[in-house]
Amino acid sequence: MPNNLLDSAILTEITVNHYLILSAALFSIGMLGVLLRRNIIVLFMSIELMLNAVNISFVAFSHYLGKVDGQVMVFFVMTIAAAEAAVGLALAVSIFKRFKEVNIRFFEHLKG
Amino acid sequence: MNHEVLIAILLLSPLIGFLLNGVRFRSNNYLLAGSLATGAVTISFACAVALFIELLSLPPEQRRLAVSFFEWIAVDKFKVNAGFVVDQISSLMALIVTGIGALIHLFSIGYMHHDKGVTKYFAYLNFFLFNMLILILGDSLLTLFVGWEGVGLCSYLLIGFWFNDSAKAAAGMKAFITNRIGDAAFLIGIFILFISFGTVNLQELNTLAPTIAETGWLGAATLGTLMLFVGATGKSAQIPLYVWLPDAMAGPTPVSALIHAATMVTAGVYMIVRLNPLFVAAPNTMMIVAIIGATTAVLAATIGLTQTDIKKVLAYSTVSQLGYMFLAVGVGAFGAGLFHLMTHAFFKALMFLGAGSVIHAMHEEQDIRKMGGLRKYLPITHFTFVLGWLAIIGMPPFAGFFSKDEILWRAYSSPRGHILLWAAGVLGAALTAFYMTRLLALTFWGQSRIEKSLLSLDKKTHPRESPLVMTVPLMILGLLSVVGGWLGVPHIIGEVFGHIPNFLERWLSPLIKKLPENAVAVSTAEEWALMGLSTTLAAVSAFAAYIIYAKKTGVAEKMAKSLGPIYKAVDNKYFVDEAIFAGIINPLVQVSRNLWYYVDVNVVDKATYKITDLVRGGGFVARSLQNGNMQQYAMYVVLGIVVALSYMLVG
Repeated sequence: MPNNLLDSAILTEITVNHYLILSAALFSIGMLGVLLRRNIIVLFMSIELMLNAVNISFVAFSHYLGKVDGQVMVFFVMTIAAAEAAVGLALAVSIFKRFKEVNIRFFEHLKG
Repeated sequence: MNHEVLIAILLLSPLIGFLLNGVRFRSNNYLLAGSLATGAVTISFACAVALFIELLSLPPEQRRLAVSFFEWIAVDKFKVNAGFVVDQISSLMALIVTGIGALIHLFSIGYMHHDKGVTKYFAYLNFFLFNMLILILGDSLLTLFVGWEGVGLCSYLLIGFWFNDSAKAAAGMKAFITNRIGDAAFLIGIFILFISFGTVNLQELNTLAPTIAETGWLGAATLGTLMLFVGATGKSAQIPLYVWLPDAMAGPTPVSALIHAATMVTAGVYMIVRLNPLFVAAPNTMMIVAIIGATTAVLAATIGLTQTDIKKVLAYSTVSQLGYMFLAVGVGAFGAGLFHLMTHAFFKALMFLGAGSVIHAMHEEQDIRKMGGLRKYLPITHFTFVLGWLAIIGMPPFAGFFSKDEILWRAYSSPRGHILLWAAGVLGAALTAFYMTRLLALTFWGQSRIEKSLLSLDKKTHPRESPLVMTVPLMILGLLSVVGGWLGVPHIIGEVFGHIPNFLERWLSPLIKKLPENAVAVSTAEEWALMGLSTTLAAVSAFAAYIIYAKKTGVAEKMAKSLGPIYKAVDNKYFVDEAIFAGIINPLVQVSRNLWYYVDVNVVDKATYKITDLVRGGGFVARSLQNGNMQQYAMYVVLGIVVALSYMLVG
């Protein structure tokens, strides 16, 4: 029964706090990426990271509370993220076409 | 049709005419504009006649048709309706205004046909009549005031109608500003009356008027009516606010006839007649009114003696005749005042239109020194002008004789009259006869002094009589100048011709309050004597003027020379304009200039500049926050979250 033992040991030791710490860590990494990187593609990846960090907390809470609401919310987040990526990448493409580079500072040209 | 509809059409018809002509004001089609405007006024006149007939069918005490279209102002106790009333006084006035207005509109078609702004002109003229009708029919001081201001506006627009000429534009402004001074006093008068009596409704004011005459100067009725009278001196060109009327002659001549002779300038007299019970309760006000009226009548007549512009003579004559009307209402002869208002409207409109016909024929020449002998070129104008002349100098049986004689008689016999007021009136009548004869002689009689350019050797080119559209109104007004006075034949003359009643007196009597004082005992012999005296004086004076100006040329210059400084003073209108400039306008301009230079530039402007600098500086700082760098924006968001979170966790 070592597998069972191992299982039970993990189950008893990994609590919701662990998930939240992981989620917070991922969110912070993503946030720093958004604030510091200048490449649009990387920025999108960082945003994706932040969204998924939130998804992790949703799923964790859903599991520990025994409700499916959190998981439903995750699907919404993923849908919106996909839509947002589509729009954002379209912008990135047109910026690239114009400036041959995907640096965030070119968006300043949209300033009125 | 019931009377509400009739009153509505009466009022709205000129307004619709104004709108129809106003929206197409660039049009040059004088015939369309003129017939639209004239038609609109004629409809009004028809309504006025219909209302008059309806009044006639009622018993004398119930002759009052009122209508209230909507509630205009309602603030606590202060309630004013857009209400209009047709009674003996206002129906008479409406008939005069719309009737003469229609004739003058008709005349204008001929007079203004070559003008570029003819459609605009007719629009203004119709708008004037609309406002005048509001003034006349309004049932409260406030509705009256709306019309009062409206006619002032139209007067301004029409005096400055040829505004490309800066002197004419300035004349318009002078009229407007002078009127404004009076209007301010008029408003104060309304305030005083409202505070004291709690209403601005004319009928209520008249019933609330104290039955016992006030003796002091500070009673509500005295103070209120005095202020209203100051407003009237502005609108009706009396001392001290008469200076604008002679300048108002800058407008087209039919405008002078309609606004500055027949209708608008009589608004002050009309207002006093409407409020006569209130004025009767304020003997001191009435004394002032009578004195101002008599003084103006004489003073303006003397200035009229020396003027050389055909319209200016008529303008001073108008000021003088308005003085007579104020003299009449000042001595309590309200009916006589209204009577003279009516006859004066006939003959003065006639004379102004006649002058217009002369000016038209003379190609805009207005100087009577360059006229003379026009009788053979302008027979109809001459004939009708003579009728007006006979009326204004008071020859029986022409219109002016009856009204002027009644005023003079009442100035003498009324308990509030005085022999000095009568004497001033007689003097004014003699002067009037003199300058009017002078005007007629210099214009139509004697030798021709017409400039060569208007005549040719073969005598084919010469001033020509005006077209029918201009002479027909002259003829109608000429007829009215003859028969208009027969409505108010005095009793002593009526007796002689088999009990001719004084129609006008009987018509107005329910609305005219009798003076509380006992009548002064006078005999009919006295009345005959005074009537004979004033008429004889006027005739002698007229004959003298005829000799001097039509027969013996050169006498006038000698007389002017022998009078020396007196002549100079009169010729320069007693230097009143100069005195006003030196005493009021120039100091005011100086003070304003100093205020501008020291206060406005140094204090007000500087303060505002400081504030704008502050705002601009703030904006400069705030602008650096919004620099288009998205990551910086994201940073603000994050910083915000950090602040909010730390507040929640720590605090």
